[in-house]
Order: sequence, then C-alpha cells, then structure tokens
Amino acid sequence: MEEHAGHHSASSGHAPSIEEHEPSGSLVTYTVGLAFALLLTAASFIVSQTNLLWEPGVPAGLAVLAIAQMGVHLVFFLHISTGPDNTNNVIALAFGVLIVTLIVSGSLWIMANLNSNMLPPSAIMQMQR
Amino acid sequence: MFGKLSWAAIPFNQPIPMAASLMVIVGVLVVLGLVTWKGWWPYLWREWLTSVDHKRIGVMYVLLALVLLLRGFADAIMMRSQLALAAGGAQGYLPPEHYDQIFTAHGTIMIFFVAMPFVVGLMNFVVPLQLGVRDVAFPVLNAISFWLTASGALLVNISLVVGEFARTGWLAYPPLSELQFSPGVGVDYYLWALEISGIGTLLAGINLVTTILKMRAPGMTYMRMPVFCWTALAANMLIVAAFPILTATFGMLLLDRYVGMHFFTNDGGGNMMLFINLIWAWGHPEVYILILPAFGVFSEVIATFSGKALFGYRSMVLATLAICVLSFTVWLHHFFTMGAGADVNAFFGIMSMIIAIPTGVKVFNWLFTLYRGRVRYEVPVLWAIGFMVTFVIGGLTGVLLAVPPADFVLHNSLFLVAHFHNVIIGGVLFGGMAGYAYWFPKAFGFTLDRRLGAVSFWCWLIGFYLAFMPLYIVGLMGMTRRMQHYADLRWQPYLIVAEVGAIVILCGIVATIAQLVVSIRRREQHRDRTGDPWNGRTLEWSTASPPPEYNFAALPRVQSLDAFWALKQRGPVVPAEHYESIEVPSNSPNGFVTAFFAVVTGFALIWHIGWLAILGLACAALTLVAFGWMERIEKEVSGEQLAAAERTRLQQATPA
Amino acid sequence: MSAEIGTAEFPGLGTTMARGGEGPAPVRIVVAYGFWIFLLSDIIMFSALFASYAVLSGQTAGGPSGRELFELRHVGIETLCLLFSSYTCGLGVLAVEHRRLRGFYAAFALTFVLGAAFLGLELSEFAGMVARGAGPSRSAFLSAFFSLVGLHGAHVSAGLLWLTFMVAQTAVRGPRDFVRRRLLCFSLFWHALDIIWVALLTLVYLMGAH
Repeated sequence: MEEHAGHHSASSGHAPSIEEHEPSGSLVTYTVGLAFALLLTAASFIVSQTNLLWEPGVPAGLAVLAIAQMGVHLVFFLHISTGPDNTNNVIALAFGVLIVTLIVSGSLWIMANLNSNMLPPSAIMQMQR
Repeated sequence: MFGKLSWAAIPFNQPIPMAASLMVIVGVLVVLGLVTWKGWWPYLWREWLTSVDHKRIGVMYVLLALVLLLRGFADAIMMRSQLALAAGGAQGYLPPEHYDQIFTAHGTIMIFFVAMPFVVGLMNFVVPLQLGVRDVAFPVLNAISFWLTASGALLVNISLVVGEFARTGWLAYPPLSELQFSPGVGVDYYLWALEISGIGTLLAGINLVTTILKMRAPGMTYMRMPVFCWTALAANMLIVAAFPILTATFGMLLLDRYVGMHFFTNDGGGNMMLFINLIWAWGHPEVYILILPAFGVFSEVIATFSGKALFGYRSMVLATLAICVLSFTVWLHHFFTMGAGADVNAFFGIMSMIIAIPTGVKVFNWLFTLYRGRVRYEVPVLWAIGFMVTFVIGGLTGVLLAVPPADFVLHNSLFLVAHFHNVIIGGVLFGGMAGYAYWFPKAFGFTLDRRLGAVSFWCWLIGFYLAFMPLYIVGLMGMTRRMQHYADLRWQPYLIVAEVGAIVILCGIVATIAQLVVSIRRREQHRDRTGDPWNGRTLEWSTASPPPEYNFAALPRVQSLDAFWALKQRGPVVPAEHYESIEVPSNSPNGFVTAFFAVVTGFALIWHIGWLAILGLACAALTLVAFGWMERIEKEVSGEQLAAAERTRLQQATPA
Repeated sequence: MSAEIGTAEFPGLGTTMARGGEGPAPVRIVVAYGFWIFLLSDIIMFSALFASYAVLSGQTAGGPSGRELFELRHVGIETLCLLFSSYTCGLGVLAVEHRRLRGFYAAFALTFVLGAAFLGLELSEFAGMVARGAGPSRSAFLSAFFSLVGLHGAHVSAGLLWLTFMVAQTAVRGPRDFVRRRLLCFSLFWHALDIIWVALLTLVYLMGAH
C-alpha cells in the first residue's frame, strides 16, 4: 500500500495552465448593463420628482428600482450568476443580504419602539423643573 | 507640538498604577535584554516576527492571549480584593476613578486580547492542517492580522504607563464616553486600540472563510470536513458579518469626540440608544465567535479520547449553522430594560431561548459520543467534562435572563456578571485550555506535563465555582455590578468567598506556567516522534510534530470523514517514490512594519499630535504600496528534499 | 485497496466535485472570492451607517433638513459620472484580459477622470453645505449625512489611488497573472462602490428630497 506522488501546492503563485481564465464579461454584457442602469436611474429620478407614481407608493417604488439596479450591477458588472462555479458567491451574497436586512430592519424597529416610549418633550421639561 | 501629551501623563502621584507600570516596564526590559544578550534577534526576526506560516502565527496569537491573561487576571484579583474589603463604611484601597479603569481594562483585555486571540490562534494553527492544505488562503494578510491585534494590545498596555484608560466599562456607552463626560484620553486609547485590532480580526475572518470554502484537500467535501473546521467557518462568517458594525459604531463615537459630530451626544439630536443598539448587534455575535471554536475543540477532543467517531456529525453541522444565523436575531436581550416595549422584548426574548436549543443538541451529541466509548482521561478531556457541567449551568442562567420580566430584576446585577463569566470561562477559556493541551504536542513536538495540567484544571474548576457561585446569590440579593464599595454587610461573606476563589484560580494560572516550564525542561522525556500522540482521527495528526513549514509533502486525498482514522485503518504508510517540488511563501516584514506604524498612528491620534498622526498614516500607506509593488518571491522545496523529510518522519514514527 | 494520496488528475472524484471535493481552487478564484467576502463586509459596515442615518435623519436640531439642502441636478450628474466610470472600468478589465493594453490605459484613464469628477462634485457639495452653516456638527442628521456620504467618498478616493497604482504596476510589470488578479479585484471594488451609491442616492437624496 503506497502513497503516490503529490501534486501542485495550492499556495504556489501559479495557476495550472488548464485553468487559463476566460473573462466572464464581454462588451455586450457591460453595455446592456449600462443601458439598464441608465434607465433605472432615470426612472428613480422621475418617480421621486414627479407625480407619476401614487404618493404613498413612492418610497416602495424607489426601493424596488434601487434593488433592481443593484441586481443589474451584480449580474452585468460583477458577473454573479447561478452557475455551479458561482454557488459560493451566491450563498455569500445571500448571507450578506440577510445580515444587512437583520441589522437595518432590526435597528429601525428597535429605535422606533424606543422612541415611541419616550415621554413627550413637555413632560420631560416638567420633570426637569 | 506634542498635542495633549505632557509629563503629567505618567501617574507619578498614584502609587498603584505607578507600581504596575514599573513592573510592566521592568518585565519588558528583562525580556528584551535577555533576547539581546543571548543573540536571539536574528532567529526571532527570521523565524517568528516575519513569518507568514499559519502555525507560527497561531502560536503567537495564543502566546499573546496567555500573556494578556496575566494582565486581565491581575485586574480581576484587584477587583475581588477591593470588594472583599469595601463593605459597610470601608472604602477599600482603590479609589473610584482607578477602580473604574480597572473593570474597564479587565473586560476589554479579556474579551479582545485574551479570548479572541486564543480562539483565532487555535483556528489559525489547526484549520489548514485539518483541511489537508499547506497554509491559509492569504498568508501575508494573516501575518498582518496578527500584528494589528498585537498593536491594539500594546496600545492598551501603554495606557497603563502613559495617560489613563477608559472609565466607562468595556463597551463605553455614551454619553459617559462622549467628550463632555470623558474629556481625557482614556476612551481614545480604548477606541483606537479596538479599531486597529478590529481591522486585524476582520482580515483574519476573511482569510479563514476563504480558506475553508475554497481550499481543502482533494476529496474533502463539505460533509467530510472535521467539526472544528465547521465551527471555525461559522465563527469566521460571524467575524466577517459582525466586526464591520463594531468598526462603524466606534468610528461614529470617534467622530463625535474628534470632530464634534452628534451621533450619540446629549445635544444636537444625538441618540445614545443607537450606540447601544449597534454595539450589541456586534456584541452578541461576538460571544458566539468566541464559543463556537471552543465547541469545535470539545468535539475533536471528546471524539479522539473516546476512541469513537463524533456522534451525530450532521446534526452538529446543522446546529453550528443554526447558531451562526440565530446569533444575529437576539441582540436586544442585552438591553431589555432600556425602553423597548413588550412586543420587541418578547420577540428577542423568545429568540434568545430558541438559540439555546442547538447548543443543547451539541451537548447531547458529546454525551452520546462519550457513552460506550473507551474514555482516556487525559488533560483535554478533564477540561471537556468540566466545560460540559459548567457551561450548562451558565447556559441555564442565560435562558433565565432571557425572560424579560426576570431580566428587569437581574439586569446589570452580579447575577448577570456571574452568568457571563460562567459561560465565557466555562466555555471559551476551558475550550482554549483544552485546545492548548491537545495541540501543544503537534506544535512543539513534546507533550505537556500531565500532572501539572490536572492541577491547573482542578484549581480553575474549583476556583471558578468558589469565585462565581456566590456572585449569583449576591446578585439575587440586589448587588449591582461595577460597585467600588457597598453598604450591605450581608454581601461581604459571599464576596470574601469569591476572593478565595480568585486566589485558587491564581494557583491554576501558576500551575499552567509551571507546567510549561517543567515540560520544556523535560521535553526529551515527553518527546513525540510519531506525530500522533493521542491516536487522533483528523489530518493534522498525519504530519510530523512539529509539521514542516509546508505541512504535507503531498496533499492527502480524502475519502471519508475522520480522514486520518480511515487512513490508519488501511495499514502502514510508506513514502512515495517521487514527490513533485512545491513552492512555499517566503517571509515578509509587511505585518510587523504595518503594525509598528499602526501603533505610532494610534498613539498620535490618542494624544492629538497631528503631525505624528499624519506621518504614521503616510508611512503605513507607503508600506502598503511598497510591499504591493514588490513581487513576492516564493521559496522552492524540491522533490528530493520532500522525499528525504518524509522518509525521516516515517522512520521515526515506525514503532507505532 | 491502496492508501492513495493525491494524484495530479484526481481521477475518480466525479460527484465529489459537486460537493466541494475537487481540491484547493486555483489562485485566481481564491483571490477573487476572498475579495468578494471583503466587499460584503464593507457593505455591512455601510449598512450600520445606513441604519444610523435612517434613525437620525429626522434629528435636524432646528437646523436645515435634506429637502432644503439637496440639489438633485448636482446629484444626478454625480450619479452619471460614477455609473459611466463603472462601465469604463469594466471595459478596461476586458481590454487587459485580451492583452489590448492601449485600450486598457484609455479605459482606466477615463475611469479616473470620471471618478475624480464625481469626487470633485461631492466635495463642492460638502463645502457649500459647510459654508451655509450646515456642517457635520450642526445636527445628528448632518453628522449621519456627512459620515455616510463621506465614507463612500473616502472609498472612492482610496479607489482612485489604487487605480493609479494599478496602472503604474501594469505599465512596469506588464499584464502578468498577479497584476490581472489585482485588476479584477479593483474592478469588483469599483463596481461595488457604484452599488453602494445606488443605495445612497435612493435612500439619502431621492427619499430625502421627496
């Protein structure tokens, strides 16, 4: 029972030649991404500055447009996809999004709750007398 | 010219800090003098200070932790002594302004410069070996991380001699930590030390996550990774997710203090609860960062010394990942009493109770591993069993505190203090000591003296219970934390028992030091030539003790869980005919130099010495640029050298 | 059965590859992944500041609010500068991957100019606000605004310095493996800054001015 010969160390600076890298993007990808991003940016400004969207829906509309544009950047510029090589990248992104959601929504909920339990300024002034 | 710095910064008129400063200075000079006299500088520089080898860096982290344990423990025993004395009208021997700095330094040092380096050091040393690879993903970054952590530790210790430390408690709540109420440099020392070491920790987290996810030996699928690597992955994911919050929050406090902003101030619309909210959003994941690797250590130790595979591998992995995610959903339980309504409190209280469940799963798995195993009561197992009893008690009191109405009575009492020491000492420290005893032979080639190890364990165990069980009682009797003196004489007997406990723990620490000295003296008797002194199950035991710089002459091909155990079942290992040459990263002074400038910049910022801060920052930036510009030259280890090393190792290991 | 240790081709690993058993990844993938994790940590740091901004945005302490201070035309131009600089950065990376160095230098020069324009516009906005007495120490809202937007600007500044360094290194060392890896990391960084800007634009400026 023998051990056989080793292979290249992973800490070496050379990537084996069979792994010659193919660039993930192309001129088309970047240009399409730019076009989408420009459209979404324009839409955001329009939604914010005109009455096109029903007033109470504006924050939600802006949020949707922003998320869409972030998605455009991720897919067309950062080349995040759902291919098998990309699984780790997507999971990391999902984890990051989860943490950001928990921190931001958790903080907003908590701080609003604390705020609502504060005495009105008049009552505080009374206490300080 | 020198900002706020003047000779008044040195505590000439305060005897206790002056004495402590002199002791530290003398100690440092003795060590430096010894190294110089013996001519060890070239060796130290070449083999340790500029090393990018994860094993060396891991050892330095653990060494940092153990040295800072002495400082943190000195603070502890001073506090215990003060409280044993200052009952009724007595004032003890520590004035309040000094006592406040002591409990702040105690907490800061123990969490950031003992517990964190201990677990990061163990993970650093063990994970690449267990994964069957040669080093972490970014070896130079690894060195930088360590030296930045050491920089933070150095800054905190400089505050002992030059200036003062924060008086705010280890989390520096505003408005006390704002300029209005802490105009001195203490809070600045705290903030800059932790910002600098926080960057180091974050980089280490990125490094280890990448290593575990992208660099494992061929054949090692996720479900064939040792459990310690799973807990390391979860802990490092938490580091990556949580430490940025710490950086941002301390950054905001620094902006308030230095630029007059109003994030957390009384005036200008600032909101102090925002600080508390954010700092605990970091703080809770932080304690899971500390405990998860300890859980991993116990999984490895219990399996190895029971001679059985760990029970319930899948459920261990799931429990670890569950704890990882859930740790971000409980943070409000640290401030139940600070104004939130019943609905918010209820949600976070329930989540805090839920998070106890995966830990319970783990405890049962460890018990089932021990059951029907042939348990060998080596020192790591003593720590493991001590942990299981102690941590469960601490966890139970935690679940009790998670009930908001109960917490309204117990928040900030000594009950709380007893709880978190229960879980941190019983969990993290015992885990660190178990890991230290377990992997020491791998790191240094000889085992530690068994008897002194047992003495240390029993002193820690008995000392812990003596020191902290009375605190539960006195907390229930109404004593608040961080008191410099108290009126109720009924508390004093308990606090005297606690002081005795602290002294017993001191004996445990002395025993650990003695164990190290004795083991080094008798190292030839304890020499391990097999590389596998415990009949281990995982790949780190398949290398020499200590492993060569490159860990494995040929990366192992893994076909199952407990890869080394499986390998041993297949029969004796014979060296291969031929080894291909490999490349090993060469040393780099990058880490040490960057850290040097970090200390200079931090000190300058603390004392508001503008020109020095700019200079320090510029030099740090220049270091980054210079090292980035230079091309890294790898060292080559030829196939013949590998073959020769393997032959020697297997020859020495043969009477196995 | 033999205790086989590592062969160059890893035969028989088949399905283990899908479950992560193919051995250490190539350096380029390791570096890109590590950098991606770093970017996610940076985004989390921004989110702590975003949360602070959201909590403090109403705390104007009697001073000016966003609606009074923000000039959307100005912000729109900044947005276009940054977006186009992201585009030219992507083109530059494509160029260097195909070894078209002149295209690379041109694209990265444009990226620098657009990024610097963004920064210049932002600094002028800050200066204007400070001159009007709406500096960061005026109120909690303004502290949060200046810190959040300022942190992004600091990242852009660091990015411009890094860009300069990378162009210099490419010129001197050529488009070698390690240089192209770093250019890839730079482009990830630059695109991520644009993503953060989208969030900033929406949450701070568009919702603030609405």
